[in-house]
Amino acid sequence: MLRYVFRRLLTAIPTLFVIVTISFFLIRVAPGGPFNQERGLNPFIKANLNRQFGLDEPLWMQYLNYLNNLLHGNFGPSYNLPDFTVTELFKVGLPVSIQVGTSALILALIIGGILGIVAALRQNKAADYAVIATATAGSTIPTFVIAPIYQLTFATTLALVPVATWGNGALLNKIGPIVTLALPQIAIVARLMRGSMIEALRSHHIRTARALGLSDWSIIVKHALRGALLPIVSYAGPAAAALLTGSIIVETIFQIPGVGRYFVEAALNRDYTLVMGTVVVIALFTIVFNLIVDILYAVVDPRVRYD
Amino acid sequence: MTDITASAPVVGRSLWADALARLKANRAAMFSLFYLTLMALVCVFGPNFTPHAYTTIYPDYVRTQPSLSAYPKPEMIETALQDVVRRMRADLEDWHEQDERVFVTISSPKTIDERVTRYLDRSDTFDNARIESKSPDGLKLTMSATVKKQYFFFGTDNTGRDLLTRTLMAGRVSLSIGLLAGCVAVAIGVLYGATAGFLGGKTDEVMMRIVDVLYSLPFIFFVIMLVVFFGRNFVLMFLAVGAVLWLDMARIVRGQALSIRRQEYVQAAEALGVGSGGILRRHIVPNLLGPVVIYMTLLVPQVIILESFLSFLGLGVQEPMTSWGVLISQGAKNIGSANWLLLFPAFFLVSTLFALNFVGDGLRDALDPKDR
Amino acid sequence: MASDETILSVEGLHVRFHTLDGIVDAVKGINMHVKAGETVAVVGESGSGKSQTMMAAMRLLASNGEATGTVAYRGANLLTLTKAELNEVRGRKITMIFQEPMTSLDPLYTIGNQLMEPIMRHRNVGAEEARREAIKMLKLVRIPEPERRMKSYPYEMSGGHRQRVMIAMAIANDPDLFLADEPSTALDVTIQAEILNLMADLRKRLGMSMIFITHDLNIVKRIADRVYVMRLGEHPYTKALLAAEPTGHKDPVPKTTPTMLAGTDMRVTFKVGGGLLAGEPIYLKAVDRVSVTLKRGQTIGIVGESGSGKSTLARALLKLLPSEGSIHFDGRHIEKLDPQAMRPLRKQLQIVFQDPFGSLSPRLTAGQIVTEGLLVHEPSISSRERDRRAAQAFTEVGLDPANRNRYPHEFSGGQRQRIAIARAIILKPKVVVLDEPTSALDRQVQKQIVELLRDLQKAHNLSYLFISHDLAVVRAMADHIMVMKDGRMVEQGSPEQIFDHPHEDYTKRLMAAAFVDHAEASA
Repeated sequence: MLRYVFRRLLTAIPTLFVIVTISFFLIRVAPGGPFNQERGLNPFIKANLNRQFGLDEPLWMQYLNYLNNLLHGNFGPSYNLPDFTVTELFKVGLPVSIQVGTSALILALIIGGILGIVAALRQNKAADYAVIATATAGSTIPTFVIAPIYQLTFATTLALVPVATWGNGALLNKIGPIVTLALPQIAIVARLMRGSMIEALRSHHIRTARALGLSDWSIIVKHALRGALLPIVSYAGPAAAALLTGSIIVETIFQIPGVGRYFVEAALNRDYTLVMGTVVVIALFTIVFNLIVDILYAVVDPRVRYD
Repeated sequence: MTDITASAPVVGRSLWADALARLKANRAAMFSLFYLTLMALVCVFGPNFTPHAYTTIYPDYVRTQPSLSAYPKPEMIETALQDVVRRMRADLEDWHEQDERVFVTISSPKTIDERVTRYLDRSDTFDNARIESKSPDGLKLTMSATVKKQYFFFGTDNTGRDLLTRTLMAGRVSLSIGLLAGCVAVAIGVLYGATAGFLGGKTDEVMMRIVDVLYSLPFIFFVIMLVVFFGRNFVLMFLAVGAVLWLDMARIVRGQALSIRRQEYVQAAEALGVGSGGILRRHIVPNLLGPVVIYMTLLVPQVIILESFLSFLGLGVQEPMTSWGVLISQGAKNIGSANWLLLFPAFFLVSTLFALNFVGDGLRDALDPKDR
Repeated sequence: MASDETILSVEGLHVRFHTLDGIVDAVKGINMHVKAGETVAVVGESGSGKSQTMMAAMRLLASNGEATGTVAYRGANLLTLTKAELNEVRGRKITMIFQEPMTSLDPLYTIGNQLMEPIMRHRNVGAEEARREAIKMLKLVRIPEPERRMKSYPYEMSGGHRQRVMIAMAIANDPDLFLADEPSTALDVTIQAEILNLMADLRKRLGMSMIFITHDLNIVKRIADRVYVMRLGEHPYTKALLAAEPTGHKDPVPKTTPTMLAGTDMRVTFKVGGGLLAGEPIYLKAVDRVSVTLKRGQTIGIVGESGSGKSTLARALLKLLPSEGSIHFDGRHIEKLDPQAMRPLRKQLQIVFQDPFGSLSPRLTAGQIVTEGLLVHEPSISSRERDRRAAQAFTEVGLDPANRNRYPHEFSGGQRQRIAIARAIILKPKVVVLDEPTSALDRQVQKQIVELLRDLQKAHNLSYLFISHDLAVVRAMADHIMVMKDGRMVEQGSPEQIFDHPHEDYTKRLMAAAFVDHAEASA
């Protein structure tokens, strides 16, 4: 198993390399540059800035330099927030995003999972229809509608929570972002869980277990749920990577100092290093979580072997 | 030998006819289909029938509440008058309403130019201003004007534009973008996936590896780069967005094409000596159509959400053109003072998404009944 | 050995399913009794409701199913017991095994774990004792190395062994009544025989009653004391079923008859695995140096278990698969022809597939399917003429030509197979490969299709390559038989030689498994 993990991490290197290369050249081909925004910037100063950051060198040189820095774990300085390096920005932002994302993910897995199981066990009954309706609503209404409506209801009208501030991460301020982030995930998890649980309950080995007079607990938890978890696991991997690296919408609306909002700002400002840094972080998270999914697969299903 | 063709053949019921019958029996899907048609018609033709153009700004009616009765409300007339009179650099002496006209008397330390009636005409509230009487010294003037009846069923936005017209215009943009990008994505995805699936072997492997790599790029990065490249030309931009969304379609179509190719009826056709063209035309394409249609109904709402999302971030459609995402983003910024700015566009967007969702579910059940 | 005590009595059992297309009656008022120690067979074709009767008795119906009437086990109506009471009966007094040995065990737990679970639940014993008991059961069902097998997962075992484990789980609590729903159907014939022998043996040793559901009358003859026959959810029609075995035999063609299709030293190799990043591919020899000579008007039957390479051989001969070796058709070598050059010959080399559902495109009408070959080989004829030819072909295969504009899903399995046959013969071929053309059909329909094929052969002087694992059908159809195993030819000869005096061990086992009478005669 360890060897498998090692091999997988090795194969991740070319993937990462391709991603970095495509992203690097894509953003460089885009018109504009990091110092074009400040209007009336003295051309002399601009040239100076370009030289200082090595932007006057040929593109391939810059690319090689960037790769070299990256290999040494150096994401470079941020062009638009010149007082910080990209690494420093991540050190501050990433923990916030991870905290909010993890909470939302756990919430989604627990609530969505329970809803899905209940719906599957009560298939075509009132509880099932209620779960389906909720799940449809949750996955249809976009986050950028849910978030303002949440604020309108709980902050503006009922005045239960503060309006759109982070307030150094007080619990009351976190409820909004976590709930809004979790809602669509709850819907998706509930749907998936319902489907795979129904499928599992219909399978032949469940029929065997029932024919042998095993208890409901054993049938549902031991025999059906374990198999039904596999689709959830494969969904949760990429979802975790996306949630943990920050949601642009939620971080914008609730003014969370995470890393999700960097992406749009940085791309629009041509903050090359910050964009690249975000791409690399997202890709890394995706790779790691996909690996975790595969390992969990082997844990749940003995047929999956990595050797 | 008897002429056997003389016996009139019975007309069979194709799978498509079956599917149509099943779809018709699905009330939620049929209602949603009706709703979507209505929504499309209203959004396409509605803006021509609303009393206001989507760009017209009414400075007198900034953030006006939605109302079914006409504006101005009685208490608003005085405010509007004071406003106008201030612009005339005069003082409001007295006003009253009589026979659908407003009579205003103003005074000023200096003689009043008769052309001040223009200020009344120019205002959003009054019309047909005329001089009724003038004091001999010219320091006092009585004018009359009709009150312009304005309807703002959805209220107005921050700059005083009619939200109803803007919501409908936004719908036009959102729906057409959804359809446009959806079609682009389907076209690319079907071509790519079918080619990979049909050719198989090494070609397929390489083509699918490319898809895998594209998958691992952060999607939002792609979209933002496209925004940067294509800037404000939203048609071009959404052609490009469609060009990004084809990945899923390509995978689905490839999987289907591979499985159809392995079906015995395709082998039977090969055994009959049917060439690739005939197999593609008679066997693969008709059997692919179902999954493609189903996926298309999933794709359109995805694109609409994506467009709204980009517009919400200010990256999408640009003012004065608008879309549901733009309106929702403005609404989100004004939830404290003017919640209708959020609620109306959000309702339009969400109800459309729901309807698309039900139509998609209905189509899936109709075309693939065993998937229940 | 059966006593008079009735342990199970089914009275007026109805089973209904609520489906999208309305209510479907699967079982319509069945009565049935089982006495202590007797073996009762329930026979019927697929869709006759025999499985649903047993599912209803065990309360295992799908969630949209509903059972009314009584199923009394020693006086207690199983249909009305509470769940707790029911679970005291299921797995302890009455147990059941199923048709699908590959999927009936939980893939995520070891054999030991799954065997111990019902023992611990029903006997109130600790894990250690349950373990000893489980190993004993594995020994009883003759699984080699039971201690080691306890730690195996189902995917590590063959279908036959999995079914043995299922049996072990079922008898672990010394039940009164054992229900077996086609327990051997999904297995290869030689393994089928072993499982059936094991079950008969266990029944004697443990003295339980058994209900055996099957569609195979050979099995009934072998093990049942009494038979219930079901049809369309009701009782009897034994006669029609018994008469339905395909009969007759074909005379060999004269030695001088010209050869139509011959393959010499045919080899087909499949590559498994391998790819851009995957490791070394494995090469499987699906067909290994097999030679066939098919003469005009001859029917060669190719028999063998699944995976023996018989279908692959036939497809290679028609050049539907890449192969090595030389192929000779109607006086010319065709092994080197490219698809373009093969096209005109395809008219004369046709194939009918096993699955009458999969081999017809669901989006085309029956008429379009039948005439598709004409589009390729006689592109000049008018659509009217095509329609006329379709109607003619329909008549020839015994279908009403008025139905030619219907779609495949509107036909029954037997009718669909007739459409597939019409598609093949409309081109007036010389050679037709019949790849298990009757395997997916019920016995009665099988018989009709066999007769149709025979008539067509006479009318058009066709040569058949008849592939089947069903020896009764092959015997009725073929005048020369080849036995295949693992890609090689084991034995060939006339039907009399192969069926009555087989030389090779493998052929003997195959025959023993398929024909009870022969098995007893040779034993």
